[in-house]
Amino acid sequence: MLYREAGDFKTSYEDDSQTFPIRFDRLAFYAALVVAFGIVPFVINDYWANAVALPFLIYAIAAIGLNILVGFCGQVSLGTGGFMAVGAYATYKLMTAFPEVNIFFHVLIAGGITAFVGVLFGLPSLRIKGFYLAVATLAAQFFLVWLFNRVPWFYNYSASGQISAPERTVVGVPVTGPHTEAWATYLFCLVFLAGSALIARNLTRGATGRKWMAIRDMDIAAEIIGVNPLRAKLSAFAVSSFFIGIAGALFFSVYLGAVEVGEAFGINKSFLVLFMVIIGGLGRIFGSLAGAAFLVLLPVLLKNTLVGTLGWPTDLAAHLEIMIVGALIIVFLVAEPHGLAQLWRLTKEKLRLWPFPH
Amino acid sequence: MPDQLLYAMEVLLNGLMAGVLYALVALGFVLIYKASGIFNYAQGVMALFAAMTLVGIMEGQVPFAHLINAAFGTDLHVFGWQLSGLIGILLTAVVMVVMAWAVNHLIFRHLVNQEPIILFMATIGLAYFMEGLGDLMWGADIKKLDVGLPQGINGWIDTTTFDAFGYGFFIDNLDIWATVIAAILVIALMIFSQYSKQGRALRAVADDHQAALSVGISLNFIWVLVWSIAGFVALVAGIMWGTKSGVQFSLSLIALKALPVLMLGGFTSIPGAIVGGLIIGVGEKLFEFAIGPMVGGATENWFAYVLALVFLVFRPQGLFGERLIERV
Repeated sequence: MLYREAGDFKTSYEDDSQTFPIRFDRLAFYAALVVAFGIVPFVINDYWANAVALPFLIYAIAAIGLNILVGFCGQVSLGTGGFMAVGAYATYKLMTAFPEVNIFFHVLIAGGITAFVGVLFGLPSLRIKGFYLAVATLAAQFFLVWLFNRVPWFYNYSASGQISAPERTVVGVPVTGPHTEAWATYLFCLVFLAGSALIARNLTRGATGRKWMAIRDMDIAAEIIGVNPLRAKLSAFAVSSFFIGIAGALFFSVYLGAVEVGEAFGINKSFLVLFMVIIGGLGRIFGSLAGAAFLVLLPVLLKNTLVGTLGWPTDLAAHLEIMIVGALIIVFLVAEPHGLAQLWRLTKEKLRLWPFPH
Repeated sequence: MPDQLLYAMEVLLNGLMAGVLYALVALGFVLIYKASGIFNYAQGVMALFAAMTLVGIMEGQVPFAHLINAAFGTDLHVFGWQLSGLIGILLTAVVMVVMAWAVNHLIFRHLVNQEPIILFMATIGLAYFMEGLGDLMWGADIKKLDVGLPQGINGWIDTTTFDAFGYGFFIDNLDIWATVIAAILVIALMIFSQYSKQGRALRAVADDHQAALSVGISLNFIWVLVWSIAGFVALVAGIMWGTKSGVQFSLSLIALKALPVLMLGGFTSIPGAIVGGLIIGVGEKLFEFAIGPMVGGATENWFAYVLALVFLVFRPQGLFGERLIERV
């Protein structure tokens, strides 16, 4: 009854090509924005911000980035952790070299630098395809982590080899460093997520996105109908790395504060983000959000049940958790290879007909 | 001969030995990829799981002891027996066959005709699952594995080279054994796939599984067979690596090292896996020896991947891979 196109008349071209063509979707989107910007900042506390909200927001940005590359352009990448590290170290260098510039711009520029590095490592994609490419991106992962570990210039010759974020403010409110408040960091990340999601959504339904999808579906055929594979693939790498770089920058500066590169941006991070994309749904922006939420909430939930309620030792819970995550991934792939986004779409299809069966 | 050259030769020999071990893991990948088109990321974890199971069986540990103790408040640890290496290996092989059956029937039978990326993801899920399962069954501590393979410096090579060049080469006995066993394994696999009935069926499935199905080959049986063989190969690799550096989590990371080996050799070629393994093993040891000290060391972490990446740009299908012919 609620969810249908009928009665929602479009009288101009702008109406016809808006981001959410169905009124219910639109209202839900506005409602989500109001809740996220208007209500959550007032009720959020430190535990929720650090355990759930910040990881979700940051991973969602990374997942959107990776989804553009894997889901829309069909280029499988296992280098996400390495690219996040580029974003983190770029912000660190910028923050310490230009303390007077607002951190907001540092994060954006870090994204730009990551985009450049992404294009560099994306160049082989013109020759290599499929799994060969996936393994080739591992070179980016291991090389970049090694580079940040071994070249002292990147961590400003600090004795520990770690990088830690100095305090920086946005309009007088600290968002990095030890004296931050939950709502400030939350809002700071939320702004980036909202921006990224909107940009990604609109890029992927426009000409650029159609080119990416043509390459994904069959690159030779795409080339014949006039898509330039060089530009399409490299632009996908650039846009994807830009988002992943922003996520890495936020992960380091706002969420963790201090980072040891091998630990924070290792190969496991690459897989984690890839799982988010797959479980959420390849080629769906909403899927990236859902996948990130799922994989951030699941460990918190499992830990609270197993350790908090049943009182099992933490190492046992950790082993069970990794088992359950693995099993869930398999169950998801067997039951619904197109991810959470597909479930959501099926629900909407059903809602359109409801309460009539046909 | 100058000292530097002698050192380099020793590094080269050690690299060859390490390469054999990489090739052993890569072999498991190739087998499964050829027969079912699944790129099995879990191969390394299978090796870890096999090694853990072997240690667990030999020491007589109670599986899931930790979990049972936590859930029921009991205090179980060991059955109290000690088994010899051979019986342990046989029992572990049985476990790997059961696992192969379960993997095929619970997971991959339901994923036939899915895109390769989905299958790949499923094997990553499987890797996570088995990693958790292994830790849960046998405990996450570092274990010592000793099935009676000789270890330590090979005295004969040491004295011979010392007499010849005035400098004794350090070659581990275990590495020599690993090389011999790997060679036997490869020859056995080749004979099996060339001359046995199942081997021929295996190659038929690898070629075209629909055609194989239409002449009456049971796909399910072949897939279970392939996963079992991959399980055996993983067991052998697990024994070698486990004896060398202890049974621990980092064992599963050698799977990642096997990936550039595969890329060099081509995903579909058994000789390719071996040659690729040797190239990577020698290359990374020599690079670390010659260039490593200048750039801060630990280049082994990435050298293999970068080498494979550069190589692939010139030859996208690897050394021995089948050339892709693309049509619209």
